[in-house]
Amino acid sequence: MSERLNSRREFLALSGAAGAAFLLADAADVREALAWAASRRGQQSYTNLSARQGATLEAAVARILPSDDGTPGAREAGVIHFIDRAIGGFGAGAKPAFEQCAAELDRRAAEVDASQTFDALSPERQDGLLRAIEQEPYFGTLRTFTAGGMFAMPSYGGNRDHVGWTLIGQGREPLYTAPFGYYDAQAAGGGQ
Amino acid sequence: MIRRQQPSRRFGAGEQVDFVIVGSGAAGGIMAKELASAGYTVLVLEQGPRLSVPEYDHDEMAFFFLGARTNLSSGQPQQFRPTPSDPWQQRNVLLYGRTVGGSNAHFTANMWRMRPSDFNEASVHGTPSGTGLADWPLTYDDLEPYYTKADWELGISGAPGPFDPPRSRPYPMPPLPVKSSGVLFERGARSLGLHPEPTPMAINSQSYNGRPPCQHCGWCLGFFCEFRAKSTSMDAMLPVAEATGNCEIRPDSYVAKVETNAAGRATGVTYFDGDRNEHFQPARAVVLCANGAETPRLLLNSSTPRFPDGLANSSGVVGKYLMFNGNWGVSGLFEHPLNEYKSVQTTRMVLDWYETDPARGFYGGGGIDARFQQYPILFGLSGLPPDAPTWGAKYKRMLAEYYNRTMYLAVHTTSLPLETNGIELDPDLKDAWGLPCMRVTYRDHDDDMSVGRFLVERASEILEAAGGQRQWSLPVTPQTSAVHLLGTCRMGRDAATSVIDTNHRTHDVPNLFICDGSSLVTSTRGQPTMTISALAFRAGERIADLARRGEI
Repeated sequence: MSERLNSRREFLALSGAAGAAFLLADAADVREALAWAASRRGQQSYTNLSARQGATLEAAVARILPSDDGTPGAREAGVIHFIDRAIGGFGAGAKPAFEQCAAELDRRAAEVDASQTFDALSPERQDGLLRAIEQEPYFGTLRTFTAGGMFAMPSYGGNRDHVGWTLIGQGREPLYTAPFGYYDAQAAGGGQ
Repeated sequence: MIRRQQPSRRFGAGEQVDFVIVGSGAAGGIMAKELASAGYTVLVLEQGPRLSVPEYDHDEMAFFFLGARTNLSSGQPQQFRPTPSDPWQQRNVLLYGRTVGGSNAHFTANMWRMRPSDFNEASVHGTPSGTGLADWPLTYDDLEPYYTKADWELGISGAPGPFDPPRSRPYPMPPLPVKSSGVLFERGARSLGLHPEPTPMAINSQSYNGRPPCQHCGWCLGFFCEFRAKSTSMDAMLPVAEATGNCEIRPDSYVAKVETNAAGRATGVTYFDGDRNEHFQPARAVVLCANGAETPRLLLNSSTPRFPDGLANSSGVVGKYLMFNGNWGVSGLFEHPLNEYKSVQTTRMVLDWYETDPARGFYGGGGIDARFQQYPILFGLSGLPPDAPTWGAKYKRMLAEYYNRTMYLAVHTTSLPLETNGIELDPDLKDAWGLPCMRVTYRDHDDDMSVGRFLVERASEILEAAGGQRQWSLPVTPQTSAVHLLGTCRMGRDAATSVIDTNHRTHDVPNLFICDGSSLVTSTRGQPTMTISALAFRAGERIADLARRGEI
């Protein structure tokens, strides 16, 4: 996937501020999310996905929103459980796409290394296989449901402990008071 | 505070009422309040459920993606084609809130008055060839007292602006506090010599009429206000109607047909209750406030030998001249967090290009306001610039980087009325009640998109002048969905070319009235609720007056 940017200056500015929202989060929450996800690897149970499908698709969504930088991603958010629940309900029409996606990723993984399933490959290898299928409609479905699983209310099975909202800095208060952001605070004569 | 001290009026099965009102949204609520306050018995039939505060939520998935509480999830499919030469596809394009309160219960709450020029553009600029642009049979002066009544009876917050039409009273409340998007927008606009001003909103900036001020929770669009700070039919009008003791709001009541007798007068309506049992509700007069999609559909479904092409459709224009308003825009990224997820959708706008300017070479104009308008899931799907990666570490980093530092300048435009844009009954497709579905033909006129492109360019200049780090937008292309449902039972003096007269009485049926988005002759510059509300206050007064004089 090409990542064209308008200028190198932009890239530095963006990477320099990477994870800025997490600086606002409670560090203990972040550690806990990562530890929870690590403890559950290989022990998930699913209702509508097989264990094999769940493992493969969880690994795939973990590349869509990775946690390589030490901040929670799709795995920690429980996106796979959002998907598992959705395909038994409102997302039933997407179940064939997920089955196809999981089967295809494992088939391609076996081409790389006959002894490996997708989830056992290195992240770099996984990214390579995802790049190979990223134009397929079932990848679009996976991506769409990853966004849903990351950012929907936790009652849908994902966005565990609101890690998705914490990622982007979506507030969770029931109400706010002015000033709301940097520029209106500045205009009002205060700092933030 | 209007609290119901005792249960509101409940009419018996088949008990005739003076007025049955179909629909409880922006127009229906006002109409109910006006007629009930005038002493008439009023039954409001609303197809959707009535929600209470414990049922309110901020569930983006449910509302925006699963169509909860709208006609997207109710078993009422639609067919769509852009133009008469395109094939039909099954697709819901006209969207509305399907609950007591209608779309008005969960709207952004922009409230723009029309200006005097909106009322006679056809005379002043001519009717663009191939369009149905017509003058209103009213002037701004006719409607001004009702714009002001809406200001004060609903509760509108705002401040005078440089292009304001005359107003007989000031705003009842000052503007809501400005957001970062508004500060930046103002900065950029002022530096370009433009005239930014606060957005008039149907949201309390102070306690008003017993309802508290906005608590800036950030969930206005798509969700009900648990604070009752939004000045809506649901919280400002229906409770007043019920408190008169003359009005019943009956939810889960889906009106299938307006019934008439051999003399050509309306006798009431047939509706389905929550268990899908059919009932006939007799009424001395019928008022349709079902929105610009369902009102014409109801008339078309109510054909009789006297009206083979739909009730009150001797003109043939029921369902025609559908207008959406144009909605496009441009996003901008700024250095520091704006936190646009807080508070109301928009606090500043420019109306410098409101008027049609023939020198531009196209009809129409509009406004630009500063907002963000994305909740987390939508942002995750499509909030980043088009050249951003759509998955992976950088995509994740950009989501974190951009969400709170982004704003969106929304462009709102006129839509020209075209005879080919409209609603008909589908000959085959039936909804879950067995009623014919609507099929919709709609394509924006080239001038509408020219206004859109022109204003997107102007918005881009404002973002640049405001010091944005980068900006991005999608091309201005024809719209394929709408929440502003306008023009489909237009008002006019000539019964051959319009459906209702200036009293909102249908030309054809003396005790059948219509007041909602379908009544509009022109589209407004993009925020029609204020005009619909003013028309409803005026219509309520006129209809009550006709009733008092025995002229219904």
